[in-house]
Amino acid sequence: MGNYAIETVGLNFNFGNQAIVKDLSLQVPKGSIYGFLGPNGAGKTTTIKILLNLLKSSNDQVFIFGKEINHNRIASLKRIGALVEQPAIYGHLTGKENLINRCILLGINKSKADEMLSLVGLSDASNKKASKYSLGMKQRLGIALALVSDPELLLLDEPTNGLDPNGIIEVRNLMIDLATKHNKTILVSSHLLAEIERTATHVGIINKGRLLFQGTINELHLLSKPMLEIEVSKTSDAAAFLTQAGYEILEITDKKIIVPFTSPEDSGALNTLLIQKGFTVSSLYLQKKDLENLFLDITKNN
Amino acid sequence: MRSLTISLVSEFYKSRKTLAFWAAIILPFVICALVAFGFYTSSDKVLKMHYLPIMLWLRYLGAALGVMGVLILPFYVIFMAFSVNNIEHKNDTWKTLFAQPLNKFSIYAAKYLYAVILIFVCLFLFAAFTFVFGHLLQALVPKYNFNQYDPSLVLVKFYAKLFLASLGILSIQFILSLLWGDFLKPMGIGFIGTIMGIITGNVGWKYAYLIPYSHPSLVLNSSTAARKLSDPSDFPIFTQEIYTSLIYALVLFVIGYFIVTKKSIK
Repeated sequence: MGNYAIETVGLNFNFGNQAIVKDLSLQVPKGSIYGFLGPNGAGKTTTIKILLNLLKSSNDQVFIFGKEINHNRIASLKRIGALVEQPAIYGHLTGKENLINRCILLGINKSKADEMLSLVGLSDASNKKASKYSLGMKQRLGIALALVSDPELLLLDEPTNGLDPNGIIEVRNLMIDLATKHNKTILVSSHLLAEIERTATHVGIINKGRLLFQGTINELHLLSKPMLEIEVSKTSDAAAFLTQAGYEILEITDKKIIVPFTSPEDSGALNTLLIQKGFTVSSLYLQKKDLENLFLDITKNN
Repeated sequence: MRSLTISLVSEFYKSRKTLAFWAAIILPFVICALVAFGFYTSSDKVLKMHYLPIMLWLRYLGAALGVMGVLILPFYVIFMAFSVNNIEHKNDTWKTLFAQPLNKFSIYAAKYLYAVILIFVCLFLFAAFTFVFGHLLQALVPKYNFNQYDPSLVLVKFYAKLFLASLGILSIQFILSLLWGDFLKPMGIGFIGTIMGIITGNVGWKYAYLIPYSHPSLVLNSSTAARKLSDPSDFPIFTQEIYTSLIYALVLFVIGYFIVTKKSIK
C-alpha cells in the first residue's frame, strides 16, 4: 500500500439505482503518469470526484498516499491538485486574480500567482478578465490553479480538451516534466488513447464503471500480439498444409492466412516451406494491432 | 477557525468587484444624500413647522428609514443572497471550492457570514450617513436645529433592530439561492414574501411575526410608535419579531449546510 499514491479497493458508487462505478480497484504508483482511459460516460469524472471526496465513498475503499480519505480529508486534499471537467474559473476576475484567490484559500504566498502564469504561458493575459479567455487559455489557467499549491498528486480530467495541437504538446511536455523532474504523480483522464500513449507510464482502462485493464504501458503493448499476414494462392489448401505442419492458424480469408508472429527467422522458414510445397506466396506482412484498435476492442467486448 | 477566516477573506476578494458588494456602500450613500437634498431644497417648508430638535431628527431619519426598511432592505437582502451564491453557480465553482483543503462547514459558514457582514455594513453606513448628512444640513442651513440633539443612540438602536430583523429573510433567501442558480425563483419568492410581509406587518395581523418578511415592517411600526415616547430611544430591541427572526436564521443556517454538502457536487 505504501507505494501507491492512489489506491481504491473494490470501489462502488451509485447515483440512485444507477451503478456508476463497479468494483474499481485502481493502483496508481507514486511518480507515475497514470492514464485513466475510457469512453465518455465510463465513470472517469465520477471516480475523480470520489478521489477528491466530493462524492462520498465507504470508509475502506479509497486511500490517498496510504491514508483513508474520509478520515483524512483535509490532509489528503492538501497533497492533491485537481482540474475537474471544465476549469472552475471566476469569469469576473482576471487570470491573476483567480490565482491569487486560490493562494488565499490555500494560505500560500501570492507571488506564486505570477510564477504559475508564466509556467502555463499566460503572463501576457494575466490582467485580462478570465471570461474573455479562449477555451485553451481557460484550460491552461485551470492547470495553473491545480498546480499552484505544488501538490504531490495531480488529478487532471481531460486537460487537453479544447487545446490546439501546440497547446496539447505543451501540456504533454509539462506533465512529463512534472513527473520526471519534480517527482509528481499524475492521474490524467482521457477518452483518447493516442493522447495517453505518449505520456503515460501506466494505464487503466475503464468502461461502464468497470476497470478492464490496468498495468504499465508496455503490458498494454504486449496485449496486442503481432501477427503474420500471408498472401498466398489456394489459401484453404495452404492452410490445411500449415495446420498439418503444426502451425496455429488464426484466421483464413479468401486471399490471406493469418498466423501468430514469432520471429523473422520463423517467418522465413514458413515462407520456404510454402514455396517448396508449390504455393505462390505474394506477400508476407507483419501486422501489429495498434493501441487504438486494442482500446476499442477492450471497451467494445465488455 | 483558520478555515473560516481564509474563506471569508476569499469571499471578499471574489466579490469586491461585484454589484452586491458596492451596493452595500452606494445604496446608503445615495438614499441618505437624496433625503438630505430634499431637506435642503425644501428647508423653508420644514422650518415653518418649528420642530423641536428631537422631532426634526426623527422626521429626517424617518424619511430614510421608511424607504429603506420597507422596500430597499428586503430587496437588497434578496439580491445580495443571490449574488453571493451565484458567483459559484455561474462559474460552476462549487466543486472546486469544496475540493480545497478546508473544512466544508467553514466554507459554507464564511459565505453566510459574508452576507451577514454586507447587510451589517449597509445598515451601519445608513446610520452613519444619516448622522453625517444631518450635520451637513445644519452647516448648509444654519436655521436648522440639528445640533441641539444627539441622535446617535436612536440611530444605533433603530438600525441594530432592523439588522437583526433582516436575518430571517436573509436565511430564507440564502437557501433559495443555494438551491437555484437562476435569479427568477429566489427573486419571485422573495418579492411575494416581501409584499406579504408589508401587508401583514402593517395591518397588525396577530401572527405576522411568524413571517420573516414582515419583520422589518414590524420594526418600523414599533419605531413609529417610539416617536410618541418622550425619549424616542427608549424602546426594547429584543421583541417577539426579533427573536423569531433569529430563530429562523439559526435553523435555516443549519439546514443550508446540509443542502450545500449534498447538492453542490454533481
